[in-house]
Amino acid sequence: MGVKVLTISEDILGANKEIAKRNQSCFDKHGILSINVMSSPGAGKTSLIRQTISRLAGKARIAVIEGDVASSIDAEEIHKYGVAVVQINTAGGCHLDANMVSKALDNLSLDKIDLLLIENVGNLICPAEFALGEHRRVVLFSLPEGDDKPYKYPLMFMQADVLLLNKVDLLPYLEFNMKAFHKAVTGLNSDVAIFQVSCKTGQGLEDWFSWLQEQLRETKSRHNA
Amino acid sequence: MVQLFSTVRYCFYSRLHEFSITQSILAIALEKANSAEARRISRINIVIGELSGIVDDCVQFYFDFINKGTIAEQAKLSFHHPPTRLRCRDCGTVFTPHKLDWTCPSCHESKVEIVSGRECYVESIEVE
Repeated sequence: MGVKVLTISEDILGANKEIAKRNQSCFDKHGILSINVMSSPGAGKTSLIRQTISRLAGKARIAVIEGDVASSIDAEEIHKYGVAVVQINTAGGCHLDANMVSKALDNLSLDKIDLLLIENVGNLICPAEFALGEHRRVVLFSLPEGDDKPYKYPLMFMQADVLLLNKVDLLPYLEFNMKAFHKAVTGLNSDVAIFQVSCKTGQGLEDWFSWLQEQLRETKSRHNA
Repeated sequence: MVQLFSTVRYCFYSRLHEFSITQSILAIALEKANSAEARRISRINIVIGELSGIVDDCVQFYFDFINKGTIAEQAKLSFHHPPTRLRCRDCGTVFTPHKLDWTCPSCHESKVEIVSGRECYVESIEVE
């Protein structure tokens, strides 16, 4: 029997994309706005989520999925704020995938959630490749990481709906070229909304909250339509 | 009382994203070979763009580990890497960037979209 070539042309990440689609249908069915929050480790994802929970208290029912290689430090921290939280430990995995999120959803009361914040594993590379079923992608980037990073991790910046430039309170102490950074980001992604914020001082966060509340209104009106 | 806190742990899951990618490659190849009633898979041709951040050696390492006992046990992995090609959103020039410089060589703007380099698929398999 000779060698036969079978053409396939099948997306390697196709299975993940399928599960991501199912996740999104599940969110839509329950009227949930889901946000994938991505950044390097230490850029301020957990601080952003804390601030967001505090600011939207009473306005939206929030749940959080925490993705970390190990530990439940972040989930314990978020839990203090009285919102439902599921910690996913990836045991070395460098990103969350759609299947992990799907499993995490089993632990949440979906009818009682307006906003699901998914904190991805801290990493600017792999999370960009794995759709989770999220409606919006938020990339948090902190000034100390340097203004050249959009060129080094282009996919992450290309796919963001919102870029939160965190730790702007440190600007006087850093050699961060804001103009060059903006040029790099908008060159890769002309539609991205960029907000300069400090999760420590609260500076600029109102712009983020307004954006988020607008998205929540849209989700709600779509769901009620 | 609604349970607010739960933990989902993954043990022996992907050490790197190449692990889940290798699992998908093997699953896709086995499914196609089985439906063609092939006896064994001798080669898997994979297309992974330069920008995909997937390391061949790493895929090979996992593949050698997970193919045991399958009809892909002897299969060679063959990687093709399409280079990064960008299109300038201002003047339409398509170009290959030089390292980290994504500036258009014609109009010197850096407003670009990716034409190729993000590919990630199993192109074909060779079976007996």
